[in-house]
Amino acid sequence: MKYVAPSSAEEVSRILVGENGISKILAGGTDLLVQMKSGLIEPDLIVDIKKIPETKEIKSMDGGFRIGAAVSGSEVKDHTGLNRLVPGVVEALDLIGSTQIQGRCTMAGNLCNASPAADCVPALAAVEASANIVGPKGNRKCKIEEIPISPGKNSLKQGEFIVSIDIPDRPPHSSDAYLRFTPRTEMDIAVVSAAVALSLTKDGVCENARIVLGAVAPTILFVEDASETLIGTKLDEVSLQKMSDQCEAACNAISDKRGTISFRTEVSGVLAKRAAKIAYKRAGERS
Amino acid sequence: MSPLNNNSQARQFKVIGTRPPRPDGIEKVTGKAQYGADLNVANMLFAKILRSPHAHAKVLSIDTSAAERLDGVKAVITSKDFDRFSSGQPNNILENSIAHQKVLYDGHGVAAVAATSDLIAKSALKLIKVKYETLPHVTDVDKAMEKSAPIVNKGYVLENVPKGHSENVTSYFEFGHGDLEAGFSKAEKIVTRSFKTEATHQGYIEPNACLASMTPDGKADLWCCTQGHYNVRAVCAEIMGMETSQLKVTASEIGGGFGGKTLIYIEPIALALSLKSGQPVKLVMTRDEVFKATGPTVSSSMDVKIGMTKDGKITAGEAKLRYQGGAFPNGTVEMGAQSAFASYDLKAVKTQGWNILTNRPMQAAYRAPGAPQAIYAVESVVDELCEVLNLDPLETRLKNAAKKGTLSSYGPTFDDIGLIATLEAAKNHPHYSAPISKNQGRGLSCGFWFNFGGDTCVTLNVNFDGTIGVTEGNPDIGGSRASISQMAAEEIGIAYEKVRTIIADTNSLGHNEITDGSRVTFAVGLATIKAARAAIKEMCKRAAMIWNIDEEAVRWENGSAIPAGPNAGKFDPLTIEEIAGMSSQTGGPIAGHHEVNAEGAGVSFGVHLVDVEVDKETGSSKIIRYTVFQDAGKAIHPSYVEGQMQGGAVQGIGWALNEEYIYGDDGKLQNPGFLDYRIPVASDLPMIDPVILEIPNPGHPYGVRGVGETSIVPPLAAISNAISRATSIRFSDLPMSPPKVLKAIKDKQRGNG
Amino acid sequence: MSQLHIKSNVNGDDVEFLCEPEETLLEVLRDRLNLTGSKEGCGTGDCGACSVTMNGKLVCSCLVLGVEADNSKINTIEGMADGDKLHPLQQKFLDHAALQCGICTPGILVAAKALLEKNPSPSETEVRYWLAGNLCRCTGYDKIIRAVMDAAEEMRG
Repeated sequence: MKYVAPSSAEEVSRILVGENGISKILAGGTDLLVQMKSGLIEPDLIVDIKKIPETKEIKSMDGGFRIGAAVSGSEVKDHTGLNRLVPGVVEALDLIGSTQIQGRCTMAGNLCNASPAADCVPALAAVEASANIVGPKGNRKCKIEEIPISPGKNSLKQGEFIVSIDIPDRPPHSSDAYLRFTPRTEMDIAVVSAAVALSLTKDGVCENARIVLGAVAPTILFVEDASETLIGTKLDEVSLQKMSDQCEAACNAISDKRGTISFRTEVSGVLAKRAAKIAYKRAGERS
Repeated sequence: MSPLNNNSQARQFKVIGTRPPRPDGIEKVTGKAQYGADLNVANMLFAKILRSPHAHAKVLSIDTSAAERLDGVKAVITSKDFDRFSSGQPNNILENSIAHQKVLYDGHGVAAVAATSDLIAKSALKLIKVKYETLPHVTDVDKAMEKSAPIVNKGYVLENVPKGHSENVTSYFEFGHGDLEAGFSKAEKIVTRSFKTEATHQGYIEPNACLASMTPDGKADLWCCTQGHYNVRAVCAEIMGMETSQLKVTASEIGGGFGGKTLIYIEPIALALSLKSGQPVKLVMTRDEVFKATGPTVSSSMDVKIGMTKDGKITAGEAKLRYQGGAFPNGTVEMGAQSAFASYDLKAVKTQGWNILTNRPMQAAYRAPGAPQAIYAVESVVDELCEVLNLDPLETRLKNAAKKGTLSSYGPTFDDIGLIATLEAAKNHPHYSAPISKNQGRGLSCGFWFNFGGDTCVTLNVNFDGTIGVTEGNPDIGGSRASISQMAAEEIGIAYEKVRTIIADTNSLGHNEITDGSRVTFAVGLATIKAARAAIKEMCKRAAMIWNIDEEAVRWENGSAIPAGPNAGKFDPLTIEEIAGMSSQTGGPIAGHHEVNAEGAGVSFGVHLVDVEVDKETGSSKIIRYTVFQDAGKAIHPSYVEGQMQGGAVQGIGWALNEEYIYGDDGKLQNPGFLDYRIPVASDLPMIDPVILEIPNPGHPYGVRGVGETSIVPPLAAISNAISRATSIRFSDLPMSPPKVLKAIKDKQRGNG
Repeated sequence: MSQLHIKSNVNGDDVEFLCEPEETLLEVLRDRLNLTGSKEGCGTGDCGACSVTMNGKLVCSCLVLGVEADNSKINTIEGMADGDKLHPLQQKFLDHAALQCGICTPGILVAAKALLEKNPSPSETEVRYWLAGNLCRCTGYDKIIRAVMDAAEEMRG
């Protein structure tokens, strides 16, 4: 196995294209090293992106932020601007693993690993984040939800890698929230999760909503009808229940060692309701 | 001095009952302590084991030639490499470590490699070609009993096993007394329920590890993390065809055991590889190997029937216990059948237990083997009866509690026991009367474990400066070196700091029984006290020599020899320092020793009280408050007694809420890791409040009872009862994971419950 | 398999070592640098027994490659005491009997030290959540939490 740590994004792309065997990007390594230890992956080449300056920065951009692909969870958690703009994204990333994992794990890694239960993907999709990709044919941008295509598989082509993630500015009176269900308080993979991003009028009426569920389908589920149900409301109990039922109806879950189909389905509605209430309260406090 | 000091309660202790720092503490907080995987020696090789991917299969052939040719590989072995040492009798420990004709469970060892690096050993495993013929498998305890079940391992059925089951049912036990039918006819309410529990693992954080060095002359040195290195010596010597004295085993510091490290899994393999390669071999298990190929608990299927009068008297109790313990027979169900009703004074009681084989690894003890399952079932039914009859659960336990003179459900008559004291302590504790909130339930359970003594050897040496060295043979899994030092210091009458206790290798002492059965503070303590008394006798003899008076005219007090009475003569006390300092001139260095198969262990009862809050929309349970009451006889070092109580309670919490072995239809273990085998984390829990009771055990000079195991027994029913009361639903299978709890809540809401 | 030459700084000392690209930092610490205080409990980042700090951040050394230690500052349990003076956390663990078998203790001490450096006044809940990645099977965490809170109080002076 070879290990390289290039200092520019273009060099990474060149090296990836030139590798005939299995090559893997290393940022935090909290998925990669686990998969190597279990024998699931035997890379021929590991390309460490942490020496590339733009992967380590959080930059303000037009009211939003550009987060480098190697920025760790703990750095995101400490970032005041991100906490204010997208607390749901921050709490989603913060839920991944332990404090030790937080010292290393990244949004981009969580995204590219393409687990149906990935924590930050529903939250990023809810706030319409996008990925900046560097490749042999140049740079491109795509929506977060276009990256995971099936469990364990992402849409990046040979030679491509994510160099940063953009979170756009949010309208006034907007916020988000992310909740997940785990049997223990920490350290578990999400059994089911819900991200809700809301924008309100200054009178507290919901004028935009995005509800995204995780771990109830091979990839995240953007529940359009549930999102529309909230629009024009102040999240009264009837609308919330309807939204919850619509979330349950949208689920396409499986039964496995972490949960059953019925459990995931039923709890998705519960979490969507609870996350919506939190997002609503936060949005009301934002000017 | 009488060996049974019945005044132990009245005695004023100076060192016993205090909380001095433990002797191994600084090594452990600085990272210096050496555990099983921490020793490296010159010319050492690294070993890895190839394991079966099938739950049940014939091993048709194993071709190791390509692995042997790989650069850096120094030895490859299979079960055939042990044939030359075999006595002809089957050896289950060996066969569980390395498969013979069949692989019996997912992860069963098949071959092993020793190489110059870990990476090379891993690559070599990939080159070993094994041909399997898969066979039907069975992992569920009830399915394995059916006549149509695949037979896991032939030839183990004992004569007394009742007919009508498959050959996987290998043993049968029955206990009890009285007229069951008459008892049930007196009951005004009878509850019958069936229960199921899944296998759990001790979850020790240190994976099994050893370092073996064996030479062609038949001598070997073995370093390993184990709860009983003398047992390791005995078992490995037999497997390797060695004389006992030729194998020297040293116990490393141990990173948790809880019963799981009483068995042997990898040491014979390391020894065989070392012999074949001519070099020392280090073998460390990975975490998934620990889950797949060491010994979890049994899983169980149980039926319990209890009858009670309207005012809370139990008139009859019956339990049928079916335990599976993997592919080899074990006696755990016997202990389950013995302990099930042990907390109660019953006129009519009957327990039956069946042991069943399945395609799973050989089970091992996990604190109080067999009792958590059986007592979970019994305590759940008692609680249900209390709820249905609207009786206070604590008062009802008190009304039926076993006490001195009770004929126990498993045969012996109890002497002084602490159950009523623990129940009274619980009743009077603020936790019992504290208010609970919406969605919360309060549950309680009694628990019990026998303790035993067993073979114990201790040597106590008096150094020239009057300090003491204690040499004992029991790996310290809970702080016992501190307690042993305290007992030596107390008996001799010197400061704790002047005693140093070590755990010696197998060459230095006679055989010591494993650190299990909650026996160490009791048995090693007892032997230490007797060894101290022997040393004291010798020191009095030396003083008599120095004073030129009769031995009988000298006695020992507060660390000095003094004349026994006014007639003995006027002499200033001779301190231990003075006597020891002159010992070469009075005959030689002074020591005391004691070798015994210790008897007189006393049972330990406990009661746990827990408040649980259930989120009815998700089925999630949260422990709000937890109090542990337990009888320690005499708490030598209260901090370590508390530690046992708290540790066992939290293990029980994990067992009750989340921990389970999950097998797929293919018979493979789906969760062999700490990610999906979910043990409690710090944020899951509140503080665990320990209340120590002391009802002295007459069989120990200071009254000690073993405490290590009892505390895993009550949590299962206590938590189940709490969740039952919070949801008004009776649960009868463990773990009570959120999907199960939510399903039961929803079923009840829909009217199916 | 060709080994890489790495220059790092461990517990304040400059070190150099060779390692395979696939070796983890934990393997390097234990097998190459003879610092066996950090333990492998699982190898997959689920137990925290291998906790170290890397450039001031708490990480699982089993999930860091040895080669990543190049030009980095690593701190392990072996560097926690100052000569013969124990760190207050180490002393409090002894005082409170916050260890039984002790295998998780190095990882928990490193993690607790990192917590108190970031937040000198944590609540009980904050301590529990920070330490959620450090599994202990012996103690039930009670005495560990008490020891950390007591050390925090002493360190606040």
